[in-house]
Amino acid sequence: MPQPYVIEASNLHLTFETNDGPVNALSDVNLTVKKGDFVSFIGPSGCGKTTLLRVLADLDKPTSGEVTVNGVSPRDARMARAYGYVFQAAGLYPWRNISSNIKLPLEIMGYSKSEQNSRVSKVLELVELTGFEKKFPWQLSGGMQQRASIARALAFDADILLMDEPFGALDEIVRDHLNEQLLKLWKSTNKTICFVTHSIPEAVYLSTKIVVMSPRPGRIIDVIESDLPFDRPLDIRDTKKFIELSQRVREGLRAGHSDE
Amino acid sequence: MRGIVMSENSKVFPVISVLTIIVILWYGFSVVLNAPWAYDQAKRNSVSLSFPELVSKTWSQKRPKLPTPHQVANEMWNTTVHQKITSKRSLVYHTWITFSETMFGFFLGTSLGILLAIAIVHNRATAISVMPWIITSQTIPILALAPMIVVALGSAGFSGLLPIAIISMYLSFFPVVVGMVKGLKSPERLELDQMKTWSASGSQVLVKLRLPKSMPYFFTSLKLGMAAALVGAIVGELPSGGGGGLGFRMLSGSTFGNTLHIWSGLFSAAVLAASLIIFIGVIQKIILKKMALEL
Repeated sequence: MPQPYVIEASNLHLTFETNDGPVNALSDVNLTVKKGDFVSFIGPSGCGKTTLLRVLADLDKPTSGEVTVNGVSPRDARMARAYGYVFQAAGLYPWRNISSNIKLPLEIMGYSKSEQNSRVSKVLELVELTGFEKKFPWQLSGGMQQRASIARALAFDADILLMDEPFGALDEIVRDHLNEQLLKLWKSTNKTICFVTHSIPEAVYLSTKIVVMSPRPGRIIDVIESDLPFDRPLDIRDTKKFIELSQRVREGLRAGHSDE
Repeated sequence: MRGIVMSENSKVFPVISVLTIIVILWYGFSVVLNAPWAYDQAKRNSVSLSFPELVSKTWSQKRPKLPTPHQVANEMWNTTVHQKITSKRSLVYHTWITFSETMFGFFLGTSLGILLAIAIVHNRATAISVMPWIITSQTIPILALAPMIVVALGSAGFSGLLPIAIISMYLSFFPVVVGMVKGLKSPERLELDQMKTWSASGSQVLVKLRLPKSMPYFFTSLKLGMAAALVGAIVGELPSGGGGGLGFRMLSGSTFGNTLHIWSGLFSAAVLAASLIIFIGVIQKIILKKMALEL
């Protein structure tokens, strides 16, 4: 492999200038992500986990420090369409049906009509939404809308998937189901996934690597390499290993909290 | 469904009551304003008028100060149904002229408004340099500006429809600029960020996101722009001389003291404005419903 790390960040700092003075969103962040990793960023609100994801996506610029995505700057990676980004809200256009919502990035990137159609049916199958091509967003449940939004991020050949609390607004049962689906999808596509969450079970269940963050200033306080088996049925959450990992995450979060 | 029917019914009563009050007041003022002439006539013929006689005389004068509603209705009926529509005495003829000027001005104004809005949203320098001028343009009374436009374009060899359409455009582009700037800026941060993650170009964002998203604002702007275009067309007819049109009709009615011409012209303009705006409203309903943008 020519590129050992898909994502590399060193000494990353980001300060927002606000009316109430500067806010330290990221402070001395160091991170490496290998190809095929599933990395979760977990922490309370204000810990900079979303900001970090936005820096990787070139939606925010770091104040100082080095960051590369696929060996190039986040901007070049964005221009090369290296990643798909899934936001907290599905962000589907109400005037487009599901199929043409998924085609939207493909149209922008200039894929041919036939290529668009074949990709749409492929990704709809991946997120188990086949048959919903002609439905409009308002005809779908919140969970289905978010799946359509994931399908849209998968439709072009980005090998990195950046997800910002994609299931945050959904109830727990739907969330469990989507987590299971996401793991399956990750295994079958071999993508590198960066996943922002504030749920400990979600982070432990999904990840190969858990990044625990703390606020004021936003920083990484623990990086946990998970040694859970590759195959993860939902009831893995009752095993000793899973509970131990959860405890370590919780301790990290608590340690960050007591700093205040 | 039931709620909708109820609210439709509950609208009818207040509208009818207000209308009734207006009509009663109108008839009352017709008596008051036309009475001096009726008394004068009676004096010349050395007769005295009882109140019922006074009322019937004030409501049936040939050249009343204030014609009654039924006289205006009668005048409108006679000048639409009983005249050839190519005749200068026909209200249809004059309404058609004003309608074509309005549509021409509305088309120019809407196009200019949309182009300016796109330029303002995409370029900060345009926003800073052009916006003050757009606002200033609307502080100049159109009544002062209209004759200058007619003279200037006339000396350049343009007469007839174009100068009036330009005046109409001058009024109608403004609500379109203001509404469309707001509409084109209506996409949320998330939607713009999303476009950025796909490395979409400015024109792709415009066509695929900003324009569709601005549709509710677009139709509201069209309604305001249409009303302004009609006012512009009527004002533009005043200094343009004998071209015809509802403004011309009202002006000549005013010059010759023919109040029936003024009032029938006024009501034709109102009917024209209402029809055009209802027409836009219908299209708005259909399209926004289809796009699932209706609130």
